[in-house]
Amino acid sequence: MDALLHQVLAGLATGGIYASVALALVMIYQATHLVNFAQGELAMFSTYIAWSLINAGMPYWGAFFLTVGFSFVLGVLIERVVIRPVENAPVLAVVVVFIALLVILNSVTGWIYTFTIKTFPSPFPNDLGFGKYMSPHEAGAIGVTLVVLLLLYAFFRFTPLGLAMRAAAQNPESSRLVGIRVGWMLALGWGLAAAIGSIAGMMVAPIVFLDPNMMGGVLLYAFAAALVGGIDSPGGAVFGGFLVGVLENVLGAFVIGNELKLAVALVLIIGVLVVKPSGFSGKVHVSRV
Amino acid sequence: MKLKLIPIAALLAAALASPTALAQKKYDQGASDKEVLVGHINPYSGPASGYGTIGRSIAAYLKKVNEEGGVNGRQINMITYDDGYSPPKTVEMARKLVEQDKVLLIFQPLGTPPNSAIHKYMNAKKVPHLFVATGATKWNDPKAFPWTMGWQPNYQTEAKIYAQHILKTKPNAKIAVLYQNDDYGKDYLKGFHDGLGAKAKTMIVKEASYEVTDPTVDSQMAQLQASGADTFFNITTPKFAAQAVRKAWDSGWKPVHYLNNVSIGVGSVLKPAGLEKSIGLITTSYLKDPTDPQWKDDAAMIGWTAFMKKYYAEGDLTDSFNVYGYAVAKTLVQTIKQAGNDLTRANVMKQAASLRNFEVDVLLPGIKINTSGTDFAPIESVQLSRFDGTTWVRFGEVMGK
Repeated sequence: MDALLHQVLAGLATGGIYASVALALVMIYQATHLVNFAQGELAMFSTYIAWSLINAGMPYWGAFFLTVGFSFVLGVLIERVVIRPVENAPVLAVVVVFIALLVILNSVTGWIYTFTIKTFPSPFPNDLGFGKYMSPHEAGAIGVTLVVLLLLYAFFRFTPLGLAMRAAAQNPESSRLVGIRVGWMLALGWGLAAAIGSIAGMMVAPIVFLDPNMMGGVLLYAFAAALVGGIDSPGGAVFGGFLVGVLENVLGAFVIGNELKLAVALVLIIGVLVVKPSGFSGKVHVSRV
Repeated sequence: MKLKLIPIAALLAAALASPTALAQKKYDQGASDKEVLVGHINPYSGPASGYGTIGRSIAAYLKKVNEEGGVNGRQINMITYDDGYSPPKTVEMARKLVEQDKVLLIFQPLGTPPNSAIHKYMNAKKVPHLFVATGATKWNDPKAFPWTMGWQPNYQTEAKIYAQHILKTKPNAKIAVLYQNDDYGKDYLKGFHDGLGAKAKTMIVKEASYEVTDPTVDSQMAQLQASGADTFFNITTPKFAAQAVRKAWDSGWKPVHYLNNVSIGVGSVLKPAGLEKSIGLITTSYLKDPTDPQWKDDAAMIGWTAFMKKYYAEGDLTDSFNVYGYAVAKTLVQTIKQAGNDLTRANVMKQAASLRNFEVDVLLPGIKINTSGTDFAPIESVQLSRFDGTTWVRFGEVMGK
């Protein structure tokens, strides 16, 4: 029983990591209807920026918010400079651009900061008394993910800008007709996704240590999480993250063995796409052809 | 009949061959009266570029040898290429060295995957593939691969030593093992099983593997802890080693913790994990550590420091990779020296397999290099050390062959 509890809590902790990255994936999908393969590397790069700031003597929260702001600008810039020119290209071309971004960010970071692992500080206190199963940072990171989720929900639900962004993604032409600047909405979506990604990165790094390949494995699980929950539903993505984390651990420890843990994520991705492509809480899209 | 013939044939051959052999110099491609051309492949870029300093320290040592007159009157010139730790590139570079640059031998390619990629090529071409920089056990296979030889203690040798230590100090230990699910992890695991022998089945209570794509090893660590083990063998690469050391401490599990030599960097592994969480870790070593205060007045390390300052001034004096490069370069020089004027590939390989009690001064006292026609594993002994919170402290005897 103790072992099961330990696995479930450890699963929730890693699930929190998947959830935060899945949120960024959902964000970009909502804004652009594309899945960004470079999302993880973008988050990793932002985390290095935060690491540099903190090492230069800046207090944690100062570096945190500065990094979020910087990542937002970086996201907007990438959309304007790199994605814009291929806006009307076939999906495959865009995917190639995403993969190029992934490789470039990974090697540039390795080149600047080397591939040696680095420690990244946690803003949470060291000991809360339940450290045996879950570290205070892991608990704190889950909290941060939930707060980001709430903010996102409020943004899309209650602000005119959020409404405009949703409209721009779902029906660009009509949006243009009612005066929404669709191009800028897309750039804004990129900026927000990069900002959320940077928060995810800063929450993940204290757990897995900071290195240029930090997000490689995480991204795959985050895809599974986003798909399980529904790729266009932030709440679903977070739920999916926790589900994938717990399932992976419990199945890995007691049923299929550690060797097949990664397969759990892949089976989930394929299973969801075959059985229920919209996920648990995503919308079903019907388009007339 | 056969037995009787051999000495006669040998005598005849010696009588016929020796006068001419002494007078006549024999060369293969890459060797001449003036020079010995050596090829070298190392990652200077990419994820493993931290090892780049090994190549630089080797080049610096050869420069020193050449300045002091070379070996048997010949300069040893080394061409070094970057493969970025990418096996396809290693193949390209090895072919370039052998077919275009026409080197006599290839020395010290780094990493198990890059060396695996050129393993068959080197043996098909019959070009010495010497002192490769990886601990995989498969480089010691003179029957199937007579042109390839390792250098450092291999993973199985190392794992056997941990097994011996456990059998000696804690015969009733309940052991948990965490290992990376690939050739490297399984190599260690096999050595560990062999070392424990028949008792492996009862002593090892739980084995858990992880993939390099796993974000954390927390789940595996929880399984191992739940097994009730009191001894833990940690076969992981640096990032996962740091995670495992930290998790073992945080979850209140206090096993006797053996950490493989792959991940013993104080700055790159133990500091990220937390130095206080690393106290008591046990590993093996075979080189003198440049940061260890006990070698402060050691003649060999003073010599090494002087060499570094003169020939590789930009190199890091605390990085043990620079000691490694120095030591392995000395082994190459000894091999070429032994080959004398017969610088054929066959003879270079024969000399590499005839190192007898060769001592490199920066290896730990008592560790000698020995090879033979059936033993292609130059260093086979190590000494255990324990981490005291700041540095690794050696204890016990030199173990192994």
